[in-house]
Amino acid sequence: MSPISATNDFVIKFANVNGSGSASANQLFGKSIIRMGVPVAPRNIFPSNIQGLPTWYEIRVSEAGYLGARAGVDFMVAMNPQTWTQDVASILPGGYLFYDSSKPMPKSKFREDINVIGVPLTEMCNREYTDARQRQLFKNIIYVGALSALLDIEVEVLETLIGEQFKGKDKLIQPNIHALHMGRDYALNNLKCPIGLRVRRANAVGDRISIEGNAAAGLGAVYGGATVCAWYPITPSTSLAEAFTKYCTKFRVDPETGENKFAIVQAEDELASIGMVIGAAWNGSRAFTATSGPGISLMQEFLGLAYFAEVPAVIFDVQRTGPSTGMPTRSQQCDVLSCAYASHGDTKHVLLFPEDPHECFTMGAQSFDLADRLQTPIFVLLDLDIGMNERLCAPLEWDDSRLYDRGKIMTYEALEAGKDFGRYLDVDGDGIPYRTYPGTHPKRGSFFTRGSSKDRYAKYTEEATAYKDNMDRLLRKFETAKGLVPRPIETKAKVATRIGALYYGSTSPAMREAAELLAADGMPIDIMRVRGFPFHQDVVDFINAHDEVFIVEQNRDAQLRTLVVNECSIDPARLVPVLHYDGTPITATFISEGIAMRLNPPVQQRLKEAVA
Amino acid sequence: MTYLAKPKLHHPSLQPNQLGFTRRDYEGAISTLCAGCGHDSISAALIQACYQLDLPPHRIAKLSGIGCSSKTPTYFLGASHGFNSVHGRMPSVLTGANLANRDLIYLGVSGDGDSASIGLGQFAHLMRRGVNMTYIVENNGVYGLTKGQFSATSDRGSKSKKGAINADEAIDMAALALQLGATFVARSFSGDKTQLVPLIEAALSHQGTAFIDCISPCVAFNNHVGSTKSFDYVREHNEAVNFLDVITPRAEITTEYDEGAVQEVTQHDGSVLRLRKLAGDYDVNDRIAAMRFLAEHHAQGEIVTGLLFVDPEPEDLHVHIKTVPTPLKELNETALCPGSAALAKLNASLR
Ligand SMILES: Cc1ncc(C[n+]2csc(CCOP(=O)(O)OP(=O)(O)O)c2C)c(N)n1
Ligand code: SF4
Ligand SMILES: [Mg+2]
Repeated sequence: MSPISATNDFVIKFANVNGSGSASANQLFGKSIIRMGVPVAPRNIFPSNIQGLPTWYEIRVSEAGYLGARAGVDFMVAMNPQTWTQDVASILPGGYLFYDSSKPMPKSKFREDINVIGVPLTEMCNREYTDARQRQLFKNIIYVGALSALLDIEVEVLETLIGEQFKGKDKLIQPNIHALHMGRDYALNNLKCPIGLRVRRANAVGDRISIEGNAAAGLGAVYGGATVCAWYPITPSTSLAEAFTKYCTKFRVDPETGENKFAIVQAEDELASIGMVIGAAWNGSRAFTATSGPGISLMQEFLGLAYFAEVPAVIFDVQRTGPSTGMPTRSQQCDVLSCAYASHGDTKHVLLFPEDPHECFTMGAQSFDLADRLQTPIFVLLDLDIGMNERLCAPLEWDDSRLYDRGKIMTYEALEAGKDFGRYLDVDGDGIPYRTYPGTHPKRGSFFTRGSSKDRYAKYTEEATAYKDNMDRLLRKFETAKGLVPRPIETKAKVATRIGALYYGSTSPAMREAAELLAADGMPIDIMRVRGFPFHQDVVDFINAHDEVFIVEQNRDAQLRTLVVNECSIDPARLVPVLHYDGTPITATFISEGIAMRLNPPVQQRLKEAVA
Repeated sequence: MTYLAKPKLHHPSLQPNQLGFTRRDYEGAISTLCAGCGHDSISAALIQACYQLDLPPHRIAKLSGIGCSSKTPTYFLGASHGFNSVHGRMPSVLTGANLANRDLIYLGVSGDGDSASIGLGQFAHLMRRGVNMTYIVENNGVYGLTKGQFSATSDRGSKSKKGAINADEAIDMAALALQLGATFVARSFSGDKTQLVPLIEAALSHQGTAFIDCISPCVAFNNHVGSTKSFDYVREHNEAVNFLDVITPRAEITTEYDEGAVQEVTQHDGSVLRLRKLAGDYDVNDRIAAMRFLAEHHAQGEIVTGLLFVDPEPEDLHVHIKTVPTPLKELNETALCPGSAALAKLNASLR
């Protein structure tokens, strides 16, 4: 089997033990490749545990810029004896296995069809260091050094990064650089360097940045003017609230008094989180919570109240596989329906689907304008794949002349001037009424907020006509929302085609790559990325403009498809689901094969159909 | 804001207070509760207290959960914003509201089902956090609105209207509030307006979490013989520890009392709570002693009422989380948005 040979296009995977300090070394490795101008897409794969269990860090190196996951491993850094067998098995034929060769291993532990590279890491550490923790931490840097020689990574880049990482703790710089060179020198002196896989300086990164979606969304909430955050810890959303805290501490503390221009409360549960958000927003603050599926389940009753009582709220849902006692650290797009139709009674909610951290930021900030404008909960649906992994994306931007859209607010002046105020009065025909903040005017504009037993002036009534009148206005408001949520984006194939595919959120990079693969195989498709719900008319037009439309999702039940069928009255037969739901991120191959199979069924199947 | 004093009128409800508001300005819609329901008396006491304290009605926010008790905010303070939220969750909604605007006066109205059953968790956590508010539980020992099931404050051995005996231990909300850190704890009775009105006034002037457990008989489902929350039963077993006069910061202190018979507490806003002691040497500043006193007298079958505990220098949630004095809802882009330059720097650090 000839060794795999590839430059700037391979997958390297690190198998580590959780809590061994490998994360920062692995990140250092990934970043060095980005600094050489080559895009990478790193992914954390980790169990729901703090220490001791296996974790993996997978980096896809792709000068072409494919940031979706890719199946198969070209180079495995096998640092965890527990997962050795499965790690070795996951290497593609002709791939490489890098391991700690301090202890001899029986031949049966290896494979014939892969290239084995041993470095006596433990032995080197034991010789060099006496302290146990040092031995552990530097072992990681040593393997990064060895990898730099094997893969032809510029060592100066790694040295610079170490300098940046330990800025302010300068004493740590030299020992780390020393460890780096220990590994590098060992490889240069004892192994054939470089191997078939190589990193070559390129210019494919541009001005892009690397940030986790949760961090970007938390920052978006800061820029969007959120002042109240109430949350309850849950993976994979915790780091969103933590990022908001971090950026508020950085940007929102009065330098003179040390006082905070924000309030963050770790609530006792998700019911209390959303209750606080609703209370704060009712009272005129921009407020949000961050949670995941189990939290959404607990918030259902309150979400209905916010819908009926028309209170703004922003909910970041970083999706993970269900249920609460399931696989909390695996990614999915499985809360689409439970968010869209959250709560009892006739309710529907506005959803936004960011594709990457850049959109987590922009949509994160925009969601507060939408919530205020539409006076309703807005869900921003991230998932673990974009939320908890650093993703290369366009730099974050802000227009300093931008003002917050606080929506329709009746002011003291308007009330004083005697303007007619009906809290649920559709003055402008768009279904959106005016509201007053509590405490505005001594005599006018106060109203009582309750679920649904009310008339247009917020007076208590249980009359059937008043109830229906209000429900119909809420539908008009939802219609208005169609024009306010981010529009879908269509990418046409280079040649005219009658085949289309709809997709959303973190599926984005894999879908774009799949479209290229399909086009190369003579199956060009137009693709449309849905960015918000309620669906824009463009979505319906796209479906109508194609004979066959695929809908690509990361859940079992084709949840977005259900929503499209239901809300746009589309014949279900027109929408072919392509569904990925094993908890790993979707890949381009999975999508392209799924689509190709349908467009071009294997010969046998076609024969069978012909006979039947 | 200046308010001109209007000429005095004879009808007491039309007599303006210092802000020029009459009692009627503090009223709400006509109550739809059962005639004689204890909750209506509490609404009347609230109206009286707000009127006497010269509170601007529109600066009060009244929030509630669900139940007959939680319906009452419609029946008082018609010029205030109100929020009838979901069952048992008023505490979180009020906490959020308070975070957004620390300048309003917050009044939470709840029932024993609302706060001791479905909402016990939120009740507890609000007390722990020290939200600046007045929290009134209109406690009738039953679910009124769902027609008379036992609630979690129903005493063991108490009999339902249909004759069932409650076997579960009762939750004493005042004792819980003391344990959880409320800085003002009182118990009263809807049938005793002279006790209740000053307690509400004191609670509203308190700058921390003020809790009042107000026994409020349900005439429809829990006012029979065998109930421990009936008018008769409560009157018979009521043991008041003190009688309160609230002297607002503006009022002059005139009457003199024997030392020893009176305890005076000056609250943070300058109001003076003058307590005529009715139960020996009861000290309202001693939380632990209050807890013991409640437990002992509960064991004797007494219902202890009055001001049970007050911390004259409470710290509220905003102090704990160090928020700016300006209400957060007033902050605009200039105060909140770090701008493009900061973002450019951040971008640079992420490459
Ligand atoms: C989630 C939920 N469950 C049940 C109910 C039905 N419900 C309405 S009021 C109430 C009990 C109210 O009891 P309490 O708080 O003591 O008020 P009261 O009517 O006695 O004043 C219940 C169970 C509800 N509204 N919401
Ligand atoms: S049912 Fe009971 S609590 Fe409800 S209004 Fe009637 S008397 Fe009051
Ligand atoms: Mg009750």
